[in-house]
Amino acid sequence: MSRADLMGLLLSFIARLITGAQGHWKGCPPTARQRIYFANHQSHLDWVLIWAALPKDLRTTTRPIAARDYWTATPFKHWITREVFNAVYVARQRTDDQDPLEPLAEALRHGDSLVIFPEGTRSNKGEPQPFKSGLFHLAEQFPDVELVPAWIDNVQRVMPKGEVVPVPILCTVTFGAPIRLEAGEDKRDFLDRARDAVIAQRPRGA
Amino acid sequence: MGALRRLAPDEQVSLLFLILFGALALVSVVTALWSLRDREGKADDTWKTYLRDLRAVWIGTVLFWLAWISGPVGSTVFFGLFSFLALREFITLMYTRRSDHRTLILAFFVVLPLQYAIVATRHFDLFTVFIPVYVFFAVPVVSALAGDPERFLERNAKIQWGIVVCVYGLSHAPALLLLEFPRYEGRGAFLLFFLVAVAGIAQVVQELASRWLRRRPLARQISRSFSWRAWFIGAFVAAWVGAALYWITPFKAGQALVMAFIAAGAGTMGEFVMKALKRDAGVHHWGNRSSVTGAVGLLDRVAPLCFAAPVFFHSVRWYFKL
Repeated sequence: MSRADLMGLLLSFIARLITGAQGHWKGCPPTARQRIYFANHQSHLDWVLIWAALPKDLRTTTRPIAARDYWTATPFKHWITREVFNAVYVARQRTDDQDPLEPLAEALRHGDSLVIFPEGTRSNKGEPQPFKSGLFHLAEQFPDVELVPAWIDNVQRVMPKGEVVPVPILCTVTFGAPIRLEAGEDKRDFLDRARDAVIAQRPRGA
Repeated sequence: MGALRRLAPDEQVSLLFLILFGALALVSVVTALWSLRDREGKADDTWKTYLRDLRAVWIGTVLFWLAWISGPVGSTVFFGLFSFLALREFITLMYTRRSDHRTLILAFFVVLPLQYAIVATRHFDLFTVFIPVYVFFAVPVVSALAGDPERFLERNAKIQWGIVVCVYGLSHAPALLLLEFPRYEGRGAFLLFFLVAVAGIAQVVQELASRWLRRRPLARQISRSFSWRAWFIGAFVAAWVGAALYWITPFKAGQALVMAFIAAGAGTMGEFVMKALKRDAGVHHWGNRSSVTGAVGLLDRVAPLCFAAPVFFHSVRWYFKL
């Protein structure tokens, strides 16, 4: 077992100890099909939570998106995103000659699953912000990949913005039924529908 | 009896676990055979609850055994972990605000480990006052420093309650394991077993009694089954069971009767109080039924112990001047 595997075990253990990281597969079973999971984004811990909620054998093929400038800045950050999480790096600054979605498309062509947060940034107002269009373009290019909505609950209480130490509070990740891009569906309509699908996974009473 | 008394404490404790596991295995075998029979009622809730409870008793017994064989450090670590999980569940269902963050960190990562470190080192005087005096003072100070006056008293009260029930109350269980009675060295496991046994019996008997009596519930909004008579029958039966178990404790038969009554009565009362808390938080089980959280329902299991253990511990310690 390599150091990266051990680190992965340690991180998922910590995530479970602090948050429970319970995955509720309400709309689809956790199978090895190629998928794009898209979820609400409230905290830095969101990715680790989804990752820990996945069954162990899906973790290696399910990859997060990481901002290249930030996550390759120090050797440790680079190592943890590359070796442990197998992240897909994207550039935050848009350059004219390159499609920012190209690294994601590359990973999908390779057969990997992705986790994306289509709001683009963390929100802490409860309701997710409008989705950015990346999800639409990926759905257009890869019609066979399942699009699975997910709601991450309670995580904003674990680590509010600006705090470093997490407080142990139970969180859940609820996975809904896959959605697909309908023929000729408008971009805005699709993105709103995707956002509604995420909100629909929110547990009652939360 | 004479042969039993001549055994070394270690052997007596081993025998206790042998009997416990034997009885559980027997019940499980009967349950398995029963489940093979084609019965209509098998899918109903009573059966499911029964299976759930049986599993919980198994887990509890195994943990009790692990806590015992791993010695003072191991057992405090075990119960410390329990406390952590119970407090996590408690806080999850309570209303907290961003400004409670530091206070919660204090509760989880300072108070909890310190309390258990004090237990492990057998500083029972400090152990008794650490949370009621020092932490009671420290929590509102840290909260006030966060500078958020909104619902200040309520938020603090909730955190204080969580600490007292989940940390202070539960930490008395390993304290019983480590309490040193003259001429009773090395038999702490019996004391904890005595407490858990009488508290458990009181719970079961009270439940059965309330079904059988069908009395008008005392506080319908909180519990549909609690009545004074059912409570008394539960504690009374548990007291006699306790008296019958006196030979595993350092007590005389009469003392065991009274101690068992106190512990059992406190446990069932504590369960009642926890029901009120749950109603307040808007859940039926602490567990995951309401799908608010990913809790496993641990708090439901340990609640009676959280209330019975401190009352029992301090009654014993005060009466025997330890």
